[in-house]
Amino acid sequence: MQAEIAVAEHPREQAINIMYAVQGHYGYLPDEGLLEAAELLDLTPLELEELATFYDFIYRRPVGKYVIHVCDGVVCWMFHENSVFEYLCQKLGVCAGEISADGLFTVLPTACIGFCDHAPAMLVNGRLYGPLTPLLIDEILEKLKTEYCDLVVCK
Amino acid sequence: MFEEVLFKNRRPDRPATLDEYRQSGGYEALIEAVKQRTPDEVRQLVTDSGLRGRGGAGFPTGRKWGFIPADAGFPRYVVPNTDEMEPGTFKDRVLVNIDPHLVIEGIILSGYAVRAQTGFFFIRPSYELDAQLIEREVEVARQAGFLGNNILGSEFSFELVVHRSAGRYICGEATAQVNAIQGNRAHPMKDRHMASDGLWHRPTIVNNAETLACVPHILRQGAEWFKGLARTKTGAGTKLYCVSGKVNQPGCYELPIGTPLREIIEGSAGGMMPGSELKAVMPGGASTAYMPAKYYDVEMDFDPLKAVGHRLGTAAIMVFDQNTCLVAATLNLMEYFARESCGYCTPCREGLPYIRDLLWRIEAGEGREEFIPMLQQMARHMDSSYCAFAPGAAESVLGLLKYFLDEIREHISQKKCPFAEAYRPHRKLWYPAE
Repeated sequence: MQAEIAVAEHPREQAINIMYAVQGHYGYLPDEGLLEAAELLDLTPLELEELATFYDFIYRRPVGKYVIHVCDGVVCWMFHENSVFEYLCQKLGVCAGEISADGLFTVLPTACIGFCDHAPAMLVNGRLYGPLTPLLIDEILEKLKTEYCDLVVCK
Repeated sequence: MFEEVLFKNRRPDRPATLDEYRQSGGYEALIEAVKQRTPDEVRQLVTDSGLRGRGGAGFPTGRKWGFIPADAGFPRYVVPNTDEMEPGTFKDRVLVNIDPHLVIEGIILSGYAVRAQTGFFFIRPSYELDAQLIEREVEVARQAGFLGNNILGSEFSFELVVHRSAGRYICGEATAQVNAIQGNRAHPMKDRHMASDGLWHRPTIVNNAETLACVPHILRQGAEWFKGLARTKTGAGTKLYCVSGKVNQPGCYELPIGTPLREIIEGSAGGMMPGSELKAVMPGGASTAYMPAKYYDVEMDFDPLKAVGHRLGTAAIMVFDQNTCLVAATLNLMEYFARESCGYCTPCREGLPYIRDLLWRIEAGEGREEFIPMLQQMARHMDSSYCAFAPGAAESVLGLLKYFLDEIREHISQKKCPFAEAYRPHRKLWYPAE
């Protein structure tokens, strides 16, 4: 991480990359990670917290191994009126932001993910899925549970 | 038959490689530019071509580049924008995945035209796979000598860095994007002129990726050729139209700019889904007003849409059918905008939730007639906000009030959403036990 900061013209420019890296290590961005990152970037913890809480993909609370971002954009909405979100929560026995009992999944709503040509859609650790049906969701969850899946985004 | 320009290297399963791009004439424009053209000549050509920004505002690209004062200092920056968080828009994702080097060459040329040293390719987290693709291809371009110091033996040096965002709608706005790259909270900065006082107070030009992808073609084939691609007199070039919603073949289609809406929906997008009739479209993402079916033959270009009181925006055409409740759709949009508002100024922070709550009550059957003037008034108040976010958000509300007032009144008089029956098939799919 220090190397990354060193090559940047301005250290602050690396704030998001560093938060992603810390998140990759801890699984989310805990207080101690935030303090560490702020020190590396020569920012006050408050300055970094201001960024961390601004963005959708920085998690300040623990999340499951797979974070399911369900698109709540209007195009996806026209096909399911929030049913994808409800279906996933029911299936996994969680509310928004909680971790499923097996520690694998967290469901979060997110802004339009740009997969409208495959609506309704969701994003799981960097991979886009759609058009979703209950059957397809069951298959995806099963696959994530049982097979090794390459994580595109370090969560 | 119209020949695709930006999508000409489209392959069914993978992006075009550097070699494939070069075989189609790729990087010739850059080679010619650094050897034979001055930066001012490049800018003049782009100005003459009539290219307008594809990110939503439609500002003439050459003029934007010209805003950098002649005596402005160095370093200078260009920021290719692939934040693309406007709901309904996915053209840059498709474009980057078809021909990454077309976008990269466009970026380098824009850097040459404004004498910039570094480009920050701003990309949203949902497109992480694309960010990785761009990083790989940037390295390939560097190996081939198109990036780095003294490109192709010229005086011109240019670096391209991929800057990952962590996801917030407002980052798509140019001045907010500059703040985001600097590691600040991404508030817009209305009073800052990016051309002289952008990234780290240096001259900075922010352009959409699709805009930049037009540049190599303009340089190779000329400004007149580019103008001739358009179907309208005032337009220039082709346009990537993203069609989504209740059509048979949703997708991103490249067509001459100014192609009528009817042809886009019935031609490329394969017509409406079985059982669906066109009720309204949003012509350019969620920040443009609903356009009812009577505008089916309007030419999809900046000026013709403006003439009928609408905006081309990002040309993300979202198609609503007769079974979709537009009060509920607008409520969905307001939930989105109220959540994405950065909270910096009061009209946006307080006004959008106010509109959302009124719509929520109407949709839930608790609406009253006096809510209508309240919605009108608050939607107009959005114009007093600091940046263009809230006025954009208000567009859908104003469109709803202008064209679908009867639908709002039906909700109020029936004390429920009149579309509840029409939704049943959806609920059956997700909750078969009900």
